[in-house]
Amino acid sequence: MPWPEKNRYLGKPTPRADAPAKVTGRAKYTADVVKPGMLFGAILRSKWPAAEVRAINLEKALAAPGIKAAITAQPVPFIVNYYGDELAAVAGTSRQAVLDALELIQVDARPRAFVTQELDAIKPDAPRVVPDSPNLGEGKARETGDVDAAFASSAGVIEGLYETQVELHHPLEPQGSAVLWDGDEMTAWSSTQGVHGVRTAFASSLEVPQNKIRVLCEYMGGGFGSKFMPGVQGILCARLAKAAGAPVKLMITRFEQALAVGNRPSSHQKIKLGADATGKLTAIQLESFGTPGHRSGASTGGGSGGAAFPAPYIYQAPATRIKQGSVAINAGQSCAFRAPGHPVASFGIESALDDLAVKLGVDPVAIRILNDPLEIRRREYQVGAERFGWKEKYRQPGSSSGPVKIGVGCAGSAWNSGMVRETQAEVQINSDGTVDVHCGIQDLGTGSRSVVQVVAAEMLGIDLALVTAHVGDTHFPPGPSSGGSRTTSSIAPAVYDACEKALAELKERSGIEDPRGANWKAACEKLAAFPVQGHGRWREGLADGGSKVAQGGVQFAEVEVDTETGFVKVRRVLVVQDCGQVVNSLTCESQINGGVIMGLGYALYEQRMMDRTTGVVLNPNFETYKLPGPADMPEIDILMIDQPERGVIGIGEPCTVPTASAIANAVANAIGVRVASLPITPDKVLAALGKVPGAGRQDTTALEIEQAFARLAAAPATTAREEIHA
Amino acid sequence: MALYASRAKIRIAAIGFPMKSTPPPTGPGSPTGLSTPVSRRAFLRGLSTTALTAATLGAESVAAELAQGNAEQPRGPAALPVVLTINGEKRTFSLEPRVTLLEALRQSAGITSPKEVCERATCGACTVLLDGVPVYACMILAIEAQGRAITTVEGLSREGLTPVQKAMVEHDGLQCGFCSPGFVMSLTALLKSNPHPTEEQVRKACSGHLCRCGSYPHIFAAALAASGGRPVSKINLISHDHALA
Ligand code: FES
Ligand code: FES
Repeated sequence: MPWPEKNRYLGKPTPRADAPAKVTGRAKYTADVVKPGMLFGAILRSKWPAAEVRAINLEKALAAPGIKAAITAQPVPFIVNYYGDELAAVAGTSRQAVLDALELIQVDARPRAFVTQELDAIKPDAPRVVPDSPNLGEGKARETGDVDAAFASSAGVIEGLYETQVELHHPLEPQGSAVLWDGDEMTAWSSTQGVHGVRTAFASSLEVPQNKIRVLCEYMGGGFGSKFMPGVQGILCARLAKAAGAPVKLMITRFEQALAVGNRPSSHQKIKLGADATGKLTAIQLESFGTPGHRSGASTGGGSGGAAFPAPYIYQAPATRIKQGSVAINAGQSCAFRAPGHPVASFGIESALDDLAVKLGVDPVAIRILNDPLEIRRREYQVGAERFGWKEKYRQPGSSSGPVKIGVGCAGSAWNSGMVRETQAEVQINSDGTVDVHCGIQDLGTGSRSVVQVVAAEMLGIDLALVTAHVGDTHFPPGPSSGGSRTTSSIAPAVYDACEKALAELKERSGIEDPRGANWKAACEKLAAFPVQGHGRWREGLADGGSKVAQGGVQFAEVEVDTETGFVKVRRVLVVQDCGQVVNSLTCESQINGGVIMGLGYALYEQRMMDRTTGVVLNPNFETYKLPGPADMPEIDILMIDQPERGVIGIGEPCTVPTASAIANAVANAIGVRVASLPITPDKVLAALGKVPGAGRQDTTALEIEQAFARLAAAPATTAREEIHA
Repeated sequence: MALYASRAKIRIAAIGFPMKSTPPPTGPGSPTGLSTPVSRRAFLRGLSTTALTAATLGAESVAAELAQGNAEQPRGPAALPVVLTINGEKRTFSLEPRVTLLEALRQSAGITSPKEVCERATCGACTVLLDGVPVYACMILAIEAQGRAITTVEGLSREGLTPVQKAMVEHDGLQCGFCSPGFVMSLTALLKSNPHPTEEQVRKACSGHLCRCGSYPHIFAAALAASGGRPVSKINLISHDHALA
């Protein structure tokens, strides 16, 4: 049985069930958890970008007033690889006591040479970040067709260097946990994207049986990929609680978030494209390297936060040559970040494609429709262009008059949300007609609780208010971590299945043929003290369109660029997003707004800055690391393409992918020159216009870049077959 | 197959600067928000040098403030009794003088709606009302808030939701919700002083706040709806054949 065609709730706008709790302060986040006798935990972090830690003396800290436990982060001696690496942790009765005690910890460390810029780190004589492996990790290489011949016979060829920054997640609720031990049993409140995954990780790190651990996350304040694991901070919290014999809460600070809990890797992409006279791609060559932090050799798959990204992204050509590498620097390690790899990949290829279109004199929308292999996206470009007014708005680059230039641009996203087939759910029907749905998923703010509620109310044919969705507890049936935009596609079919089973039992026990709708109350009354429980599992036919058919989305942006100050203002973003079977159009719209706004930050404001001489993060706060704020909001116009026949899919990630690329293309269209490096800050705009000398490029030279790519070319390569994201 | 068109139509603010704008006149970071004399005096006492600031502030007024400040008994560092009027209720706590109002609320009073996000006046998640004016609770010492009416989200309504809260729910002016109590406080203060704000005024009132989930368009819509304005966000159903033909 597929999704019903006549819907009361499915696909309609539904205020999320937990919104009242969130606007009244009733919603308790991990940061808000208080237990009797709970201590504060805090971490002492390395002030050295690289050092051998030879001894840590905790005695004075332990003797300080109010301090109940102090531990080292690892058995001493150990090595620290970045500014902010964990050294020790302390728990005490007040935050003030703990902050005072951190200063009493004596650390004997021998500083080592370090390097914080990838163009320095790639040089042969650079200090090694990890002593026994080179900074430049093995490259992945792939070649199809005769690339050189294809370029030689192309009507137009462009070659450019496109660069992206290290971006920080900065969820407003920081990473952290509160841990309570009761004998050998542990309860952890964790701000996490995966309660079940965190339990598994706690169990293996602490060597505690899994059934002795319960992880709770009723509300959480955003993750964006940075909260899949307990993290060092979670493990230290559990160890402190054990050592102190008292519950401990350890939430990291905003400052620490910039140092140690993940980021989106940077990229330097040298892209060469060839096309025939109509704009049809004949050859794609892409070489890239970026830094994921202090571990370069590790995974380079975009999905886990490595420096490689899907390539070639979206577009294909008969001849393709790809080589991607990864460079270690002394900095905090990357991790998954909303659509890992995709915004990075998108910026490079979509910028290059626009440059090619300009060179050939082909319209940017036309060149996409010509080259995009996915039908959904091609149609989205047509619909979007019409709604956006592309024909009237698109002018030759830099041709608008006056000092404030207007420009437009577009770009696409590829995604495949998939699902977790092991997902389960439990529906309980009570004799008063109320329903409890239990799912071991969590709601990051994406509205997954609302998805559960809407699906249950729809399938049971009852009022939404009768259904309570319970999530965020490892005592609930196993659900996936919220990543890959697959929570909805995993949980909705499981709830559907559980409802069907519960209904069947209700029918049998009440003797009422169709207990839904008008018969509901009478049927439930027959249950007396024994509620019906239906245990459901993910099943075919409701969400598997996502695995068979790639998802696509496109966005259009209109910007104005002040050529005297270099400031860019985004006027409007149009989103055309493939949404499968929409579950809740209101929360879906919120999520798309959020994706666009995050993309806007990536395009114009956000960048982690590392100091070359001291190795510290220079902008570990919101004054200097700019997030998009209320005044920066463009008009956001959304077209959701509802396709029930595809089943439910996720949109949290795809909707953030093309925003920065579309904005960057709009800026290039406005001023007639490309700013090929994100974020597009005023200094870079002015430099591109030749009004100030090469800002943003002062610390490197073209020669250094050339040498870096030569080193990449010479690095050993593993030939990898990578999934083509189209 | 159908096509939804949802249009969160947001006019562009007149402010041309694309970075975060300066704190708004009515927002929590404004001079009227944080009691200037108190904080400046505390600042000067801590600084113990006046040469530089005297030049900018005017030597006379500085001298007067210093004299006033020095006449007071130094307090701390040990804990002392602090009386706070929170949501109409007078409560006494034992706090070190360095404890901020935010810490006092969250850790001592058990009021957790003001969130700790940046602790340095850049995000607005800790916003509470002090005598009806939004302030950043992370920027005020608890002892400074004595004798003033402190209102948090918990104290807005005894029964049900206020119009601002209701509109936030209906327009989905939130995602993770971590920033929401702060926005609710600033919007509550805005509508009190200006019952029918324009969208630009709403943006200004919000400009001392950050939302990493990017809920701004729906927050603006909620604020306008709460003030009786026309709903700006609507979702239309457009037939797929029509749209993709
Ligand atoms: S926590 Fe007070 S403004 Fe951010
Ligand atoms: S709703 Fe998550 S930060 Fe605003």
